[in-house]
Amino acid sequence: MSRAAEADRRISAGQPLSQLDGIPVAFKDNFCTKGVKTSCGSRMLRNFYPPYSATVVQRLAGKGTVMMGKTNMDEFAMGSGSVDSIYGPSRNPWSRSVRYRERRLGDAEPLRVQATSGQVSYSLPSSTEKQKTCEDDETLSDEDDWLIAGGSSGGSAVAVATGASFIALGSDTGGSVRNPASYCGVFGYKPTYGLVSRHGLIPLVNSMDAPSIFARSTDDLAAALEIVAGHDIRDSTTVREQYKPFSLPDDLSVKDLHVGIPTEYHAPGLSQGMLDAWSWVADLFDNAGAKVSRVSLPHTQYSIVCYSVLCACEVASNMARYDGIQFGHRSEQGSSTHALYAATRHEGFNDVVRGRIFAGNYFLLKRNYEKYFVKAQQVRQLIAEDYRHVFSSGVNVLLTPTTFGDAPSYRSFIGADNRTRSMQEDVFTQPANMAGIPAVSVPVMLSERGLPLGLQLMADNFHDKQLLTCAKWLESQVNFPRFDPVTDS
Amino acid sequence: MATPIATKTFRSLKHNFLKINNLLYTRIPFCKKKHQIIETAKQADQWQAVIGLEIHAQINSASKLFSGSGTSFSSVVNNQVALFDAAIPGTLPVLNKKCVEAGVLTGLALNCSINKVSKFDRKHYFYADLPAGYQITQQRQPIAHNGRINFTVFNPASPKHTIPRDMSVGIIQLQLEQDSGKSLHDEDNQHTLVDLNRAGIALMEIVTAPDMSDSEEAAALVKELQLVLQAIDTCNCKMEEGSLRVDANVSIHRPGEPLGVRTEVKNLNSIRFVAKAINYEIAEHKRILESGGVIVNETKSFDFKTGKTVSMRDKEMKQDYRFMPEPNLPPLRVYDNSDFPTTKKSSQAINIDTLRAALPVLPAEKRHHLVHQQGLSVAHALMLVADDDLMQYYNSVLAASPHLTPKLVMSVLATDLLACLYKAKLAISDCYLLPRLFAEVCSLLQAEAITTTTTTKLIQLMFNGETLPPADIIENYEWHKITDRAEIQRHCEEAVERNPKAVRKYREGKPRYFTKLVYHVQTKSNGCTDPLVVTEILKKLISEVS
Repeated sequence: MSRAAEADRRISAGQPLSQLDGIPVAFKDNFCTKGVKTSCGSRMLRNFYPPYSATVVQRLAGKGTVMMGKTNMDEFAMGSGSVDSIYGPSRNPWSRSVRYRERRLGDAEPLRVQATSGQVSYSLPSSTEKQKTCEDDETLSDEDDWLIAGGSSGGSAVAVATGASFIALGSDTGGSVRNPASYCGVFGYKPTYGLVSRHGLIPLVNSMDAPSIFARSTDDLAAALEIVAGHDIRDSTTVREQYKPFSLPDDLSVKDLHVGIPTEYHAPGLSQGMLDAWSWVADLFDNAGAKVSRVSLPHTQYSIVCYSVLCACEVASNMARYDGIQFGHRSEQGSSTHALYAATRHEGFNDVVRGRIFAGNYFLLKRNYEKYFVKAQQVRQLIAEDYRHVFSSGVNVLLTPTTFGDAPSYRSFIGADNRTRSMQEDVFTQPANMAGIPAVSVPVMLSERGLPLGLQLMADNFHDKQLLTCAKWLESQVNFPRFDPVTDS
Repeated sequence: MATPIATKTFRSLKHNFLKINNLLYTRIPFCKKKHQIIETAKQADQWQAVIGLEIHAQINSASKLFSGSGTSFSSVVNNQVALFDAAIPGTLPVLNKKCVEAGVLTGLALNCSINKVSKFDRKHYFYADLPAGYQITQQRQPIAHNGRINFTVFNPASPKHTIPRDMSVGIIQLQLEQDSGKSLHDEDNQHTLVDLNRAGIALMEIVTAPDMSDSEEAAALVKELQLVLQAIDTCNCKMEEGSLRVDANVSIHRPGEPLGVRTEVKNLNSIRFVAKAINYEIAEHKRILESGGVIVNETKSFDFKTGKTVSMRDKEMKQDYRFMPEPNLPPLRVYDNSDFPTTKKSSQAINIDTLRAALPVLPAEKRHHLVHQQGLSVAHALMLVADDDLMQYYNSVLAASPHLTPKLVMSVLATDLLACLYKAKLAISDCYLLPRLFAEVCSLLQAEAITTTTTTKLIQLMFNGETLPPADIIENYEWHKITDRAEIQRHCEEAVERNPKAVRKYREGKPRYFTKLVYHVQTKSNGCTDPLVVTEILKKLISEVS
């Protein structure tokens, strides 16, 4: 509160520290915040109060923003639903939206979504068009009947969607920001790898983790990026070249833009609603004078299996430090040092984390290294090569779905195990992390269930300004009906 | 037959060498024992030992390899620990440029090829003093590789090595890596205490080819490496503080047969222990093989109390280190004049050629100069180059009296002055006999105004506090060299007369009895006769009498 009061004084004195002075921000609970518990949603770090703050936390604080709190996440960011946390799952606020609930409880017909060139209209369908669009059992009680927020940065997405925070930071390793952004109807932007410092971000996969931003508009994304981006001496993978801050232009045109539609993203399981949204937006670009063409990214389909190897390896390595000696949970048991390690790690990590550690150590064994890790790295190169090829052929941005459809219900989501879910959920988002390229999920319309659908835009490395400019244009076209905390709940 | 004077010189020389060794490495006791072992080995069979070393040298940078914390040796426990060193989640490694420069410089001094692109790997194992659960090292693409270290093996106390022999051993690679913390096991309370001050200090791991065949060669290599690292100031080489630690890989086989299974003795923290542990291992391998046993590839530690190596129980299980690339460090790029980026300032990147130009004169080159330009023996050159203070004293003497022959100066220095220092348990840096006065004594000897025996006495006298100028002392004690041949003749005749038994024995073919005659003359003449002249006259006398 005192920080907010200080910001108030600065603003009334006409001397704000930045555009975002006094603006509330929230941080995913894997960003270290000095003296404020940073648990990663894990028992292992339930008592961890970092002695320092992450670079992004420092930079935002330095520009006057006010930290509202830390947000929920899947344990150590391993998940895509924000359901695997010691604090319990994060709920999607759209579960409570009038538009959705009316349909869930059978009081209303599915939304008829009319996406014509230029605009979307939502209306009730005629009775002949009535069809069951949800797989869930409609007799479920309200309490069971809630939607997942997506993940693993679900808490941050919820914070921004509900207005609890203006801006929130998440981390995106395989889609952990874009996925919940799509489900919660907000913008989720993963900057180019190396643009934003990872110092103080408790890692999942170091070579893919990107501190990322949730906001309700592209201008907010750009304003936050301006503060957090740029070289950091404490992160050797941040780019040295002077980062040039930018703001997005107001007069937008996509006339000279070349939009690629990767055919491989037309994957089995894609919902009709998402497919409609995708073609509608492609048409929007086309009608506005952009060149829209089909492109091919042949290796991206291997991204998930490649990721499951690389992620497990880095997890096995990164998690080795959680031994209960220097910090974090320490087991009461332990007749010897190694017994203490085993008990600590067994108690501290959930099944998902332990499973990945186990797999990673298997892949890294001397006899397996060439077969798994090296192969996966080679595949990663091929995926990156796919993008380089497409972008060097003149394509400026790629347009794809962010998720298969709208937010699944908790009940259907937990029907599958974490690994299967991750493999399904990250299909469209993961390849960008392999190549390090910037990507943003833009909420474009509501589904027939009255739930947000997000589309993903990707651009070449360090073409973040172009990406966000394009996203801003799209934002201005779709007129997305935001979640309204007052009328929607 | 060795002339008496030669014998004396040799004895003194040997004595002084032992003393030097003793001062620097306290090696006297084990030398004899070791060589007994080797000698026995030689007689018993034809086993050949194959030895390779892995040497960990701490870089003497002010801060650690990947963090900004300090590196001083004896600071308060857990008081030099950056967040990164304690593996606090979210912290990242930031490479210390000074450490890379030290690595490149050392690589150059060891005649290595420098890899313009090198990479860091994580090596995983769980240990209480390894906070991250992995060590960042350079397993796959080290900063330097394919080098050579040239040195001289010489130890007058070792029968196999009394003659200086040049040797060249390959350097397979030099890699940069983190040191671990230290664990203290409190057996009484069943606690392990961890000190992370050392965790993250930069190490250079230097891996030699298995080019050595006995412990003296290994010890000589380590000594030479110390001199090189100290000359280029990349490591202080204080083995007692753990700044330089040696792992020795030992195997034995018979000539013509394939190499034997090797064992590794870890963390040897003195040159004496290096030699001792290697000798023990060789003897142990032989004992096992000759009794029909099998050598197991294992890691051992050396127990300096018992002089034995013991298997390290906690590493019995074969470790799989699960290496993987360190994702938080981009490949390390260094340049030379041909490709140094024009966009970078010289302080922003590392130029191999700049570092090469900054290399000081290395020990081998210094020795070469002493032997070939100044005419010193290899033994004396080794002695001088191994001891900066001695070298300084030597240079001061020559500077005070440039007309002096270096060989003569070094001879008096090594024979007489060092003997005094040894007896007084003083180091050369504590010597209060000024180089200028020492030079005056040398001048008298060189001018043949005094004999070597007188020189010894003169040095002793002055070392013990005599303040008169050397020329006055000689005057007072009547220590002028006797040049009157008739006088020497008289002394010799007396010697022959008074020692009929010695003369007889000498004639019967027992040359050592001749020494007695020379000794007689020397005593009677107060050491002022030239032993060469005395020998000549005595021989003539004896042959005449017969």
